[in-house]
Amino acid sequence: MNYSKLDSRKIKDIFAKRAMFFLCLCILSLTLFIAVGLWHKSAAIFSLVSLKSVIFSTAWRPFSGQFGLGGFIIGTFWVTAIAMLISIPLSVLTAIYLSEYAGRRLRNISEPIIDLLAGISPVVYGVWGVIAIVPLVRNWLMPFFSRRLPFFPFASDNFTGFSVLSAGIVLAVMTFPIIISISKEALKTVPLEIREASLALGATKWQTIKYAVLKKAWPGIIAAVILGLSRAFGETMAVLMVAGCAIGVIPKSIFDAGYPLPALIANTYGEMMSVPLYDAAILLAAFMLLTVTTLFNVIGWGVLLHIHAKES
Amino acid sequence: MKPHISTKNLSVWYGEHHVLNNISIDIPDKKITVIIGPSGCGKTTLLKSFNRLIELQDGVKISGKVLLDGEDIYDPSCDITHLRKKMGLLFQKPQVLPMSIYENVAYGLRIHGTKDKEELDYSVEHYLKEASLWNEVKDRLNTSAWKLSIGQQQRLCLARGMAIEPEVILGDEPTAALDPISAERIEQRFLGLKNKYSIVLVTHILRQARRLADYVIFLYFGNLIEHGPAEAVFNHPKDPRTQAYIDGRFFEEHTS
Amino acid sequence: MAKKYFDKRNTEEAVFKCLMVLSIFIVAVSLISILATVLVKGIGALNIAMLTKTPEGGYYLGKTGGILNAILGSVILGVGATLMSLVISLPVVCYLNLYLKKNSRFALLVRFSLDVLWGVPSIVYGAFGFAAMLFLGLKASLLSGTVTVALLITPIMARSMDEIIRIIPFELKEAAYALGSTRLETAFKIIFKQAQPAILAATLVAFGRGIGDAACVLFTAGFTDSLPYSLFKPVATLPLAIFFQLGTPFPEVQKRGYAAALILTLLILTVSLSARFLSKRFTEHLLK
Repeated sequence: MNYSKLDSRKIKDIFAKRAMFFLCLCILSLTLFIAVGLWHKSAAIFSLVSLKSVIFSTAWRPFSGQFGLGGFIIGTFWVTAIAMLISIPLSVLTAIYLSEYAGRRLRNISEPIIDLLAGISPVVYGVWGVIAIVPLVRNWLMPFFSRRLPFFPFASDNFTGFSVLSAGIVLAVMTFPIIISISKEALKTVPLEIREASLALGATKWQTIKYAVLKKAWPGIIAAVILGLSRAFGETMAVLMVAGCAIGVIPKSIFDAGYPLPALIANTYGEMMSVPLYDAAILLAAFMLLTVTTLFNVIGWGVLLHIHAKES
Repeated sequence: MKPHISTKNLSVWYGEHHVLNNISIDIPDKKITVIIGPSGCGKTTLLKSFNRLIELQDGVKISGKVLLDGEDIYDPSCDITHLRKKMGLLFQKPQVLPMSIYENVAYGLRIHGTKDKEELDYSVEHYLKEASLWNEVKDRLNTSAWKLSIGQQQRLCLARGMAIEPEVILGDEPTAALDPISAERIEQRFLGLKNKYSIVLVTHILRQARRLADYVIFLYFGNLIEHGPAEAVFNHPKDPRTQAYIDGRFFEEHTS
Repeated sequence: MAKKYFDKRNTEEAVFKCLMVLSIFIVAVSLISILATVLVKGIGALNIAMLTKTPEGGYYLGKTGGILNAILGSVILGVGATLMSLVISLPVVCYLNLYLKKNSRFALLVRFSLDVLWGVPSIVYGAFGFAAMLFLGLKASLLSGTVTVALLITPIMARSMDEIIRIIPFELKEAAYALGSTRLETAFKIIFKQAQPAILAATLVAFGRGIGDAACVLFTAGFTDSLPYSLFKPVATLPLAIFFQLGTPFPEVQKRGYAAALILTLLILTVSLSARFLSKRFTEHLLK
């Protein structure tokens, strides 16, 4: 009587189990699938040029079969570096203040605000960049710096305001929420006893943070920064709208225009399908983006997972 | 005495931790059996091995047999949902399901195939009365079960457990989270129900064990020390460790 | 009582505190400035025609009409993608939490790939989606856009639901099993019901991310002046309405872009605040 009957409930349960397992496998293979798909489509370009020349050459003349992505890679590098330079100190300091100094009320208000900042559409960030940041750079920062400090990395003859600096500022604001919230999580996991122990020894609050709290929380903060970096690296629309995006310009100053990889994909994919191997070059760019962001993500989430596993 | 549940050389490990060591025991039919012992000695594990809920724990290993009416419940061909239907379980903290009072009792019936509305109405009323909760909730059967007091919630869980018509009621310190009056009412219910069900309770309150038990099992760090009719175990324990525990002294075992 | 004197460590503390307050100030100012920009530009552009008409004379050149095509398109595409993603996320989350043991390697692997997929830039999804469409011989359409956006938001939805289901007390699961429920019944009748507000919140967040994203629909959904009427025809979306219409030199057309930005931001604001409200209700309920 105890023995199994294959009633409809059991069949449903078993069927559901199979279907769910299959869906999980789909999720597992999706990254692989995307990677293989992009690689397969872009591999055609290597009949013409080598991987080395694609990465290092800055000559982008699709009509004559030259597909050097170097200029775009440099553009991406400039934009991401500027964004991180601005974002890391601001976000980490904000996270520390919110978790260590702020009162209950500020903390309660800050959470939905950070959520909101994370939710705003990238295109809206772009609109803000065009309306607020580009004029700021054009009318204030650019005249000030390039006149007084006419050397690297400030000297430039681009007076439009559409520049890697503008893109970097917009991207920095876009990475605030991710770095702030993950750093805050990391700080939250530091046990209260550690703070108490340090304070009991007569340390000031800042010393406690510097020597005790951050010592425990830094891997989480590094992970937060890596994940923010990955986000900035792949961000497309906002950058496309403010970076200037002129082909053949390789930025040598923060006020020069740049043309990062994601913007190249967004701007030209699907447009010039008649040019041979054009789509292969663009998909190679997408593949590179995927590889780099995945690498960052694996490191970032790996660190967080490791911290999590150590705790429990 | 006909055993309802019996274990044969039951051992349980959580990972490397040996929780139950070679337990062989018979649980009598239609009696209240109380499992006592110091905390962390495997009482709950023993209870949950009766309806295979311990399998949900991580890294659990089980050896030996648990027989229900002579059939091994760890046999691969045993239908686990059917087995659990035969055992009502009460937890330390009442776990009401996220639905109305009515639906809490009807849930078990529904999943086991009752669809008829009248039959459901009848059963809900019947089992709420059995759990002596009916009079308090009959006007608000459709409100959320969260709104009941904790004592009422525990009686609702009892009604819910009985509604699936089990043969055994398992209670894991079912009065531990309740106030004395609610606890008293639950105890009264157990005494009233014992001619219909075999009841197995885990408790750490010795007075409660004395009040309720027909049969007592004493566990000590995963070992079965003593078991027998309540009268005998409480008044003439054979093992000094049992004596120490029911006298309220902790027995210091000197292991070499 | 020890006198508070101005030594080095107090100075250091004061300096860093200043820096922190300054950082918070900058973060807050950026947000306010974004909202103010969208609001000021958008309100000036908003009127009834904007909400009830499609662009007249082409979205890039026509100087009258509104953005109803993009509003409707975005909502339909967003809802479609969210439903599709829900159909994938719920079973996956159910499998991870009820069918697998707590420290299962497979569960860890799936969670990890969801985290990694979360970080894949939307332009990569867009490019991949377009390459796949070319392979299958499909054109930019509502259907392809919806599928691509569903891929983009599934990791977000699945992972946020997973985090929620994990904190539901183990005893509730046990109680359901003790009544003889199968795992499937436990998931859909008990656990998901208990977590309902939080699941809804996760769904809303994913919806917000889905309708806000442009890079993903740029190639896959296309753009059109007409209202969405077929799964197999291109569809207009708010983010692209902003992007394309701000790119023109005509102030009248740009106005449509600003109006779209305002509407999109208001939509996301509502969605994000209701999600917050719902998950707060869930935790209060749970901690009771």
